[in-house]
Amino acid sequence: MTAAIPAQAPAGDPQSAAPTAVPLLEVSGLTKHFPIGGGLLRRKAGAVQAVDDVSFSVGAGESFGLVGESGCGKSTTGRLVARLLEPSGGTIRYDGRDITHASRRQLAPLRSQIQVVFQDPYSSLNPRHTVGTIISGPMKVNGIDPPGGHRKRVQELLEIVGLNPEHYNRFPHEFSGGQRQRIGIARALAVEPRLVVADEPVSALDVSIQAQVVNLLKELQRDLGIAFVFIAHDLAVVRHFCERVAVMYLGKVVEVADRASLYTNPHHPYTHALLSAVPGERGADGARRPRVRLTGDLPSPANPPSGCRFRTRCPKAQAVCAEQEPPLVRLGAAPAPDVACHFPAPPDPTAAAGPVAAVPAGAAAP
Amino acid sequence: MTAVQSTKKNMADAARGNGAAADPAPAEPLLDVADLKVRFRTEDGIVKAVDGLTFRLERGRTLGIVGESGSGKSVTNLALLGLHNPARSTIEGRARFDGIDLIGAPERRLRDLRGRRLSMIFQDPLTALSPYYTIGEQIAETYRRHTKADRKAARARAVEMLDRVGIPQAARRIRDYPHQFSGGMRQRAMIAMALVCEPDLLIADEPTTALDVTVQAQILDLLGELQRDLGTAIILVTHDLGVVEDVADDVLVMYAGRAVEYGSTAEVLDTPQHPYTWGLLSSMPRLDGDVDEPLRPVPGSPPSLLNPPSGCAFHPRCGHAVELCRTERPVLARPALAPGSGDAVPWPGNGVSACHLDTATREGATA
Repeated sequence: MTAAIPAQAPAGDPQSAAPTAVPLLEVSGLTKHFPIGGGLLRRKAGAVQAVDDVSFSVGAGESFGLVGESGCGKSTTGRLVARLLEPSGGTIRYDGRDITHASRRQLAPLRSQIQVVFQDPYSSLNPRHTVGTIISGPMKVNGIDPPGGHRKRVQELLEIVGLNPEHYNRFPHEFSGGQRQRIGIARALAVEPRLVVADEPVSALDVSIQAQVVNLLKELQRDLGIAFVFIAHDLAVVRHFCERVAVMYLGKVVEVADRASLYTNPHHPYTHALLSAVPGERGADGARRPRVRLTGDLPSPANPPSGCRFRTRCPKAQAVCAEQEPPLVRLGAAPAPDVACHFPAPPDPTAAAGPVAAVPAGAAAP
Repeated sequence: MTAVQSTKKNMADAARGNGAAADPAPAEPLLDVADLKVRFRTEDGIVKAVDGLTFRLERGRTLGIVGESGSGKSVTNLALLGLHNPARSTIEGRARFDGIDLIGAPERRLRDLRGRRLSMIFQDPLTALSPYYTIGEQIAETYRRHTKADRKAARARAVEMLDRVGIPQAARRIRDYPHQFSGGMRQRAMIAMALVCEPDLLIADEPTTALDVTVQAQILDLLGELQRDLGTAIILVTHDLGVVEDVADDVLVMYAGRAVEYGSTAEVLDTPQHPYTWGLLSSMPRLDGDVDEPLRPVPGSPPSLLNPPSGCAFHPRCGHAVELCRTERPVLARPALAPGSGDAVPWPGNGVSACHLDTATREGATA
């Protein structure tokens, strides 16, 4: 299918993931607070600190993953990056330019370079528009006139994403969920973006269809050299797709590392817990990995815990964690992860004590 | 306890086989489903949502039903509970629950069973719980309906159950409404409601799909603990093979309303016999997989159940389909010969699959 795409030199060398020159996207101290309360006459009662002081960078052609559980701020971060939301603080630099508070007019030329693929392939496509209209929309809005006309380009795009080019006149309801997600991807590709923010692009899909779409995105990333900010909660999918991954918890980035380091040698206790909760994963000996049980619920982002936000559920928490917020710092030389923890360490199966017991998960099964 | 469990296991292993009729079971299982068919009349024709499903479940064990959207997993379970609208659906076949026929049973009888001996938890606790009643009232209602307990006793029981499913300050939280609970807590509350009468069978329809992975782990642990304490049999419907691997004793893989593979979890996941099961397993990215290898998805998409393919419903998406697959519908059966044995050695496992491929081809394909 996508083997039809000529193999081009990837625009970004995956090895140079840690950006050397100017990264394509550079986010520093990004913050988004949503005010609570309001009402007609009432004062503001506080703010949901959806994203708080988040920094990362994405190189050209790099696939960067944002993982975390619901409410951790990963989708908000994605929307901020695509400037669908106005940041409360921090800076977003795209290709060296500060776009943090760029106006509509200033953003217009960049809109074609930054595209979004949404989670729900049902609500993100207008049911009254044909596939042709949907995919050519971004080209028309951005004043792009492809050689050979819009229809020809739409057909090319349909072919690239593995759909029948004859179907440009059909409506979204005539397609299955996986096919609709391909339409959403074709729409994002229509303007030849350099950066795609993909917000849970495969979460709504069945597992066999999910694999088809992941493969497609991977081929596009490799063949077209598009950089991705890939937002997902499925750790295995993120590992498959992303070269570097940031783990978020309650609006903060707790760990950023390249794929190999994060998945084999995670340093933040929350990353340990996340990885150990993935069902059905077994170690080399066939035994279930010891599970780090997290107790309790996610605290409210309107009133996050003092110091480290994870401390209320963290097996390693000490007094210092409540007093000082751990900064995101690099542990050692270049390939080392960036971790925001007072006690960063790889998981130690023997050190299970206190409120968290490392239980072999098999014990939980009947 | 362990001795009892291992006996149960042996019984279950002996009982599992070529459907209900083939093996004389030593004792009647808790749930015995044979040739279950569910059809819906729609404007476009008749949808064969479940088409000849046979399985059984022993007390205290967990059966994982796996399949993609539209494979008939949920329809099967709603049929067992008699929750399909009789005006629009036809249900045929047999489903015996502890000697009681569920299919065609009068509504009064089913009402008496539901909530007391058969319970269900749903994927989305927010829509399954009523927003107008407190959590405590909803748990107590089920209990009072079936035990004739007074309000005070039912309330105490609700607190006990809420405490048991791990909600802190249960006595206070029973006065909360569902919207005051987080997603994981709502799912716990629904589990408390389903188990308040200590049912023999719990049907859990995608109980953790809407939850985050760490919460999912908590809920699955909880279900396991409660099962050990109460001896409840569980049907766990899921699309996540990882969840099945962690929790289920047996697995039933469904495709287009039919069972394509059925056996113990280890058998089905370690030595899968059906090409669709291979496809499901190779579609899943794993934490230890090779990231440079593309995933190997099942090509195409599931068929319409208005007009399912002839023969084996999977043949249009199957890389190994031969002429026979297009014309003749395969039945659930053990492969004849052991892998690698050449001939003579019979298949060692009890797992069954509905596929025309012979052992040699399957070995070549999995290798």
